[in-house]
Amino acid sequence: MSDFDLKVREQDGVIVLNTNGYLNNFGGEQIASLCLQKISEGQRKFLVNLEKTEMVNSIGVSILIEVIEELQGVNGKMAYCNLAPIVEKTFNIMGISKYAKLYTNEEEGLLDLNT
Amino acid sequence: MTTQTPKVELTLPVIQDMELAATKTAEVVAKQMGLDEMKTAEISMALIEACINAFEHSKSDSNVYIHYIIDGDTLIIKVGDSGVGFDQEVVEIPNIDEKLKADRKRGWGIKLMKELMDTVEFESTDGGTTVTMTKTKQ
Repeated sequence: MSDFDLKVREQDGVIVLNTNGYLNNFGGEQIASLCLQKISEGQRKFLVNLEKTEMVNSIGVSILIEVIEELQGVNGKMAYCNLAPIVEKTFNIMGISKYAKLYTNEEEGLLDLNT
Repeated sequence: MTTQTPKVELTLPVIQDMELAATKTAEVVAKQMGLDEMKTAEISMALIEACINAFEHSKSDSNVYIHYIIDGDTLIIKVGDSGVGFDQEVVEIPNIDEKLKADRKRGWGIKLMKELMDTVEFESTDGGTTVTMTKTKQ
C-alpha cells in the first residue's frame, strides 16, 4: 500500500489538490484520475500543492504529463506550488516547468491563475 | 576504527516503494560524509530512478544489490540487478515536447540520473546491469 493521499477543494474557480507523501505511480495516477474527471466536468484550472511531498519519482511525474496534454486541448492551466528544491529540480529537468508554472505558495498560484 | 574506503551494502527485494529504503541508507551515508542537503537529495532522487530501473527493466524477480562506497570526498553508488540487461545506445533521450504528443510518457530515469549525479556509467550484459554513480562533496 502506497503512502500517498490527496485532498481536493475548489477555491476561486481553481481546483486545488494537496498531496501528502511520496509521489510514485499510484500518486500520479490519483492526481491524473481526479484532474481528468474534473476536466470532463468543465474545470480548466488546477493547482497542485506539493508542500507535503518531499520526494517524487519519474513514473509519478510522467503521469502528470497526461494531464498537461489534456489541458492543452481545452485551453486549461495546470500549476504547482510549494515544491521541495529537489522536486523543483526534477520538474525542471523533465521540462514540466515549461508547460506548468511553479509557484512559491498557494496564494501566489491562486492569484496568478485567476489573472 | 574505519577502513580507508568504507562500504555499506544493501539488498532490496522487488517490492513497491522499496527504493525508499535505499534513499534512507543514502541519507545516513551522505550525512556521515558531510554532504549538504541538496546533494543528499540529488543522490536520493538518482537512487530512486536507478532502483526503479533495476526493478522494472531487469525483468527478473531476484533482488537488487546496492553498494555505497565512501572514497575520500566521493560517494560511489553501485546498483546491480540480475535481469536481462539493456543496450544504452538505443535508449532515447526524452524531451517534454515530444513526450506530450507521445503515447508513452515515461522513460526519464537515465536522464535524471545523469543530470543529478557527477558521473553515471552502465555495465550491462545478458546476466544483468550495474549502474555506477558518483557524487563528490566539493
